[in-house]
Parts: sequence; C-alpha cells; structure tokens
Amino acid sequence: MTIASSSPPSRLPLGGAEGARTKPRTDRSRAGENRGDGRLAAVFIAPALLGFLVFLLWPTLRGIYLSFTRYNLLTPPEWVGLDNYVRMVNDPIFWDSLKVTVEYVLINIGVQTVAALAIAVLLQRLTQSALLRGIVLTPYLMANVVAGIVWLWILDTQLGIGNEIISGLGFDRIPFLADDTWAIPTIALINVWRHVGYTALLLFAGLQAIPNDMYEAAKVDGASEWRMFWRITMPLLRPVLAVVLIMTVIGSFQVFDTVAVTTLGGPANATNVLQYYIYGAAFGRFQFGYASAMSVALLVVLSAITFVQYRLTRAGQTDLG
Amino acid sequence: MADLAAVATTTTVRPTRRRPSFGRIMAWAVMAAIVLITLLPFYWILRTALSTNTALAAHPGDPLPVDLTAGGFERALGLQSTKEAIAQGGAGGGLKFWRYLINSVIVSTLITVCQIFFSAMAAYAFARLRWRGRDKMFGLFLAGLMVPAIFTLLPNFVLIKQLGLVDTLLGISLPTMFMTPFAVFFLRQFFMNVPREVEEAALLDGAGKIRIFFRVMLPMASTPVLTLGVLTYITAWNDYFWPLMVSYSDSSRVLTVALAIFRAQTPQTGYDWSGLMAATLIAALPMVVLFGIFARRIVSSISFTGIK
Repeated sequence: MTIASSSPPSRLPLGGAEGARTKPRTDRSRAGENRGDGRLAAVFIAPALLGFLVFLLWPTLRGIYLSFTRYNLLTPPEWVGLDNYVRMVNDPIFWDSLKVTVEYVLINIGVQTVAALAIAVLLQRLTQSALLRGIVLTPYLMANVVAGIVWLWILDTQLGIGNEIISGLGFDRIPFLADDTWAIPTIALINVWRHVGYTALLLFAGLQAIPNDMYEAAKVDGASEWRMFWRITMPLLRPVLAVVLIMTVIGSFQVFDTVAVTTLGGPANATNVLQYYIYGAAFGRFQFGYASAMSVALLVVLSAITFVQYRLTRAGQTDLG
Repeated sequence: MADLAAVATTTTVRPTRRRPSFGRIMAWAVMAAIVLITLLPFYWILRTALSTNTALAAHPGDPLPVDLTAGGFERALGLQSTKEAIAQGGAGGGLKFWRYLINSVIVSTLITVCQIFFSAMAAYAFARLRWRGRDKMFGLFLAGLMVPAIFTLLPNFVLIKQLGLVDTLLGISLPTMFMTPFAVFFLRQFFMNVPREVEEAALLDGAGKIRIFFRVMLPMASTPVLTLGVLTYITAWNDYFWPLMVSYSDSSRVLTVALAIFRAQTPQTGYDWSGLMAATLIAALPMVVLFGIFARRIVSSISFTGIK
C-alpha cells in the first residue's frame, strides 16, 4: 500500500495523451538550436534505467518464469510446466484465500470510498481548514503494522477500551479479531481507518477543480446541498473518483501487514488473505514456484479488474467542459 | 501550492454567513466525530504506554494513565534488565529499539534521497532532452506502473539473495533506490509544465543543460520534490513486507519488523501492552514530527501527487 505500488495504471492513457499532445511543439521549438542531447540523456537516464531493468523488468519476467518451475531456493529451479497452476486450481485453500481476499476488498473499498467521499465533501463545502486536512491525514503516517497493533489493543476482548465501552453500554463483548465472522470486517475497517484520510485528500483535490460558480448558481436557484452533491459534485468528480477507486482497489488486494500482526491468518484460515498465503508458501514451506504461480494469478486478476473498472467508469474522460 | 490553498479559502468561504442551519450543525457533528475517531487511538497509545501492565488489567476503562510509569519505554529501548522486564509483564527478550530506529533512518534516507535524485534526472531527460527512442522508453517505464510492487518482491528476494545482500541495510534499500515509475512520471509532469522561456533564458546566458538541471529545474521543483520526498520517506519507513523478507537479525532489522516481533513475544501473563504501545509510539513519532514540519506545504500539494 505504498504510493509507489498503488499508483494508478490508469495514468497510462492519461500520460500517453499528454506526451502525444506536447511532443510536436517540443520538436519544433527545439529543432533549430539543438540536435538532440543523446549523450547527456544517456547519463541522466542511466541510474533509473538500471533500476528499472534490474529490479522491475527482470523480476517481473523471472516471477513469471519461476511460476513454471519447482524451486526451493537451494537447488536450481526445475521446469515443471503447468504443474503449479494445476495444483493451484485444485487447491481448496487457494480458492478459500481468494474468497477471503475478495470479501476483505469489498468491505474495505466499500466503506472507505463512501467515508472518504463524505470527508472530502465536508472538507470542501463545510470548511476549507488546512488543519482539519492535516488531522485527517495523521493515521496515514502510521505503518500498517502500527495501526494493526493499536487496534488489536483497543479491540482486545478483555482489556480493550473498545470492548469496555461495548460492555458498559450493556452489550456482550465482541472478540473482534478472534472470531471468524468478525475478523475480516475488523481488519478491513482498521485499514479504512489508516487510509481513508489520504483517499479523502485525493478526492478533495479533485473537488477543488470544480468551479465554485456552479455551486453559487445552484444556490441562487434554491438547490439543497444534497441535490448539489448528486447533480454537480458526483458527475464532475467521476473521472477522479474512478482513478482513485482503481488505485485503492489494487492496493487493497495486496493486504498483508495488518493480517500478519493481528490474526496471523486465523482463526482457522478465516483471514488467510492471498498475499499471506503466498508468503507462507514461499517462506514457510519454501515452495517458491507455487508461490510465484499464485502471484501471477493475482497479477492477472488485478489486471482484469483494472481493465473492467477503467471501461465501466470511463476514467479517461472528463465531463468538465 | 501552499498559495493555492490560501486562494481557495478566500474564494469559497465568502457567502456562507447565515444562521447555521440544522444540516450544517449535523455536518459539523459528523466532522467532529471523524476527528475523534482519527485522533483518539493516538491518545490511547500514550495513555497505555505510560501505565503498568498490572494496573491496565485492573482499570481497563480508566481514561488517564494508571500507575504512571516510564517502564514501557525502558523495556522497548532495552534499558531494563531481563528480571525487571519480566516482573513488569514484559517478555524479557532483548529489544533494542535504538538500533532499529537508526536502521529505519538509514534505509528510509537512502531510499528517499537516491530514488528522488535519480528519478528527477530521468524525468528531466524524458521531459526536456531530445534523444532517439525517448518516447518508446518512456512508454516502457509507464508500463512498469502496471506491475504491482508486490509482484516483484519474491523474484527480487531471490536476486538479493544471489547478490549476497540478504540481511543487510543495502539489500533492503536497493530495489527502490534507483527509481519508481511513479516518481519518474510525477516529476516529468512537473518539468514539462515549467515554461520553456525559463530554460531558454538560462541557455542564452551560456549555461549548459547539466547546469540548468541543477540550478534552474531542481530549485523550481522544490515543492513537488519535497512532497514526493516526504511521502516516499513515510512509505519507506512504514514498509513491512519487504524488510520482513530480507532481514533476519538485529543488524538489518527496521522498526516495523521489530514491532511485529515484539508483538509476537507474548509473555506468560498475556501481552505486554504497555511496552508494545511505547514501542509503537517510538516507531510512529518520527513520521508525525517529519510531517508536522512540512505539513503546510504538503497537505495542499497532495492534489498534485494524486491526480494531476
């Protein structure tokens, strides 16, 4: 869930268009005075290119290659064709883990998007306070590990203040992270707590692009805030919302840290999210080939979801004239 | 960017000086609730860290620290003897958060400084230098955005192991030290928007391209570089999965990994919540301070990072 890993692939078309638009002008103004800076460019690009080839392109290709091998780190990889994939399709724990991950993503993204939208609109329509924006962002400064441990404590069944309040109100204590029906929603909400502020700020930035006159005009016509939200804010925010949604969904599918410090995949595999299962296969059982195959599966799922989302939300187009 | 926020404030607040409606009061109530949910856990960390474990068990709902002590912090920093630690409900295992703190600082600094500098160089070459294959190469970098970082972790671990860099700080830093497609893309966008006249004026003065990059472009990009830098630092500091794979011993252990280990060392009597919260605070505080210093410039330019 880093900015790097959650950066939207949807920037691709945006960036592509940008490049295409500016290029002709660039060439014309440059042509007279400067015929290329090949040598200098080579120096400037070299470190980044090295990093790209060695730590991004090569591992991607190697990850795909390893998924067709049996590999335990100690002996060289041994080509086994589609064995890992056959095994994956027949592995009930894999399917269960995929199901758990999807459940997590649906709750996490559903709650987070609605909450972030609400916060962003409040920050725009109610107050423009930079202090409030700073406060909303603070949980994002914590590591997932920190957020996980803090909420593990707050929600502790016996001693946690959360359960103290619940029992003080006359309800039964809830074993949030120890119960198989509660665990996934709880982890999903912990991560909402950490990420919602950052998401809200991204949406807030999108809201800033909506001309204020539109709200002024609507107000003169007697429109309510509720109506303005549905008729002005939502339609005009759509492209930004779509991009944010795509990048948060990708981040959400990669959940690992919170599970690793709270439930360790339990109780009884109830929170065995895909990334946790992959980690266990690689570093617990040294099945790097099988782990790689599951990573490829995740990659394919993510690409498909991104493509569908991109199409459905028309993320590349704007309605703002 | 900071000015942008100021402008926005003056233009939007203007017409809302009426009797507060029911809806507005409700909206403020919701905002207040959000602030509470956001900030209360931080208070609870502090309150727990300053309490003793025995008192915590006796008074779980007390809003103030119970049986005020610095024992939790001493335990987290490894200042207590094993016997003392066990007596106070700790695990007694040696934890040297000073060491981990320094490791985290080294790793995050190395990643941030190198990544931003190299990415800025590449971004400048993509935005303002003319060379053959530029657009094709940029397309390739952009395609890198499509690969979730997590996919490269396993193969990168294999590579780091083959390089003999497992359990070193360099091994943790290396994969993100040279670039991320996002950083290159983000800075290129900025450089492309710098008016060409600025660069041409410097060229007429006889400055070379290298000089222009260091003396004109980089200083102009100070706000985006700062924003990207702080976000990169926070991301590197908070990363858990990759350091977990690469580091095995104290020599390369960073705070997040140490925290998870601390959490896993459950003493006989139950969790050492006091020590755990103290450790959590030590791990989280530096980022709060860092953010506090630059908050004014960053909060308003996150827009820039996210979407534009």
